[in-house]
Amino acid sequence: MIYDIENETRPREDLEALQLKRLQALVERVYHLVPFYRRRLDEAGVKPENIRTLADLERLPCTTKQDLRDNYPFGMFAAPMDQIVRLHASSGTTGKPTPVGYTARDINTWSEIIARTLAAGGVHRGDIVHVAYGYGLFTGGLGFHYGVERLGATVIPVSGGQTRRQIMLIQDFSPTVICCTPSFALYLAEVGQEMGVDFARTSLRVGFHGAEPWSEAMRQEIEQRLKIDALDIYGLSEIIGPGVGIECVEAKQGLHIFEDHFLPEIINPATLERLPPGDAGELLITTLTKEALPLLRYRTRDVTSLTLTPCVCGRTIGRISRLQGRSDDMLIIRGVNVFPSQIEAVLMEFPGLAPHYQLIVEREGHLDTLEVQVEVDEAAFSDEVKQLQQLAKRIERQIKDYLTVSVKVRLVEPRTIPRSEGKAQRVIDRRRLEGAKA
Amino acid sequence: MKVEQISVFLENKAGRLAEVTRILGEAGVNIRALSLADTTDFGILRLIVDKYDLAREVLKGKGFTVGKTEVVAIEVPDRPGGLASVLAVLSRAGINVEYMYAFVQHSGKNAVIIFRFDNLEEAIKLLRQEGIHIYSGEEVYRL
Repeated sequence: MIYDIENETRPREDLEALQLKRLQALVERVYHLVPFYRRRLDEAGVKPENIRTLADLERLPCTTKQDLRDNYPFGMFAAPMDQIVRLHASSGTTGKPTPVGYTARDINTWSEIIARTLAAGGVHRGDIVHVAYGYGLFTGGLGFHYGVERLGATVIPVSGGQTRRQIMLIQDFSPTVICCTPSFALYLAEVGQEMGVDFARTSLRVGFHGAEPWSEAMRQEIEQRLKIDALDIYGLSEIIGPGVGIECVEAKQGLHIFEDHFLPEIINPATLERLPPGDAGELLITTLTKEALPLLRYRTRDVTSLTLTPCVCGRTIGRISRLQGRSDDMLIIRGVNVFPSQIEAVLMEFPGLAPHYQLIVEREGHLDTLEVQVEVDEAAFSDEVKQLQQLAKRIERQIKDYLTVSVKVRLVEPRTIPRSEGKAQRVIDRRRLEGAKA
Repeated sequence: MKVEQISVFLENKAGRLAEVTRILGEAGVNIRALSLADTTDFGILRLIVDKYDLAREVLKGKGFTVGKTEVVAIEVPDRPGGLASVLAVLSRAGINVEYMYAFVQHSGKNAVIIFRFDNLEEAIKLLRQEGIHIYSGEEVYRL
């Protein structure tokens, strides 16, 4: 089902003409409203009037997460605070989040694209949507919430946690749609099984799953266990939140990017060179219509490929492949973004811990686990078991407080974590994601 | 009246204990008593050796994390109720035993037991008042 025929099925020429018009307006706007971009454009020797074709996009500088951090909290905003109606934030380094803002029009855009997202999965007025993404600073919960209301369906704002209660609500409120991370979907299936719930007899029909990497194999499993169509969604808070890309239920072949709002490019992350359709590389997104926080060529660090071939569902907008990995060292653990440097910063607060650590990521059952291995040197050592166990617990608590992710800390002998001359291998990711190449 | 104990951090994996004993053996260090406290993730090996400084040096040289703890070696009558009588004295005085382990060697007719207390000085004072024999470091290393 297509919610916005005009914007999702334009001939490519018309779409590109619209994108160019919006890009020109965007560059004009950020040049005059965001000192950061004025500086960057001046450095690059580009004036707004130099943007004559979409190919001129390549002359524009990229924007990184670090740029957002450097302008913490609101330095990149292009709208005055009295126009900003909402703030969200993603996790940042040791407690400092990356805030994002929305004008009323941005919220409207977001609601529209989530309505499109839901329709791509066949959701319509009369459906009941169980939103189990977290509500709060995280964009998942409220993002979906507004889109469901826009579509005219019924939203159940369950948020995260309390799995057994959620299963009870699924049985009693009869939702037809569920929005949650893929790992939570499988966890629900597991707990439901323990409770003796037969999902074939629940009302669920389709699921919208994202915020963490997953695989075709996981899709098969979610679909079989929950007896639903499981769709991959894409989004990131810097761009808007969920709603940037969605698979259609007809094809499940790549995620449609709402190109009238988000202009995708694929680059080689090392050389920043633009790559042709079909080649895997880092996804860049330019926000064509965002008012509060417009971004030029934002480096998502997500590795994927782009295809512009129209889809069997009738959409002409481009599609990205299922994410293949990251071009930086960010880990996504149960939907929470974690950078090794954040863990390191926490460890450094404990006297006596050697600066040698390693992160082991695994998937136990369906949930990601993160083990932090830390070398114990003499200053931290004790001959009493309970002292060492308390040390491990204190580190675990501190990481949980800062990063909101539960980890297991394992104390290891000195010199057991491999040293390297150049970049230390901080992360060992043992999660097996079929279909993920990077 | 205190005895120096060397403790070694060990990961809970095959061959670590063998490695420690091999290193000590090659250095000519004799282990007088030992205990291993283990959890699912790691273990702490506690040793009384005849040459403390040498043992510490060779283990550190091989990259082990080692610690020093002062413990007390107590003579306990080798008969039923022998240990119980010593523990009763400590318990009456409210002294907490962090851990304890037995010596391999006997001293005459009696057993030697290593104790780790949270309050070492007080424990020593009490044991002496009660006439319980505590070995000196030299005695223990020579046993």
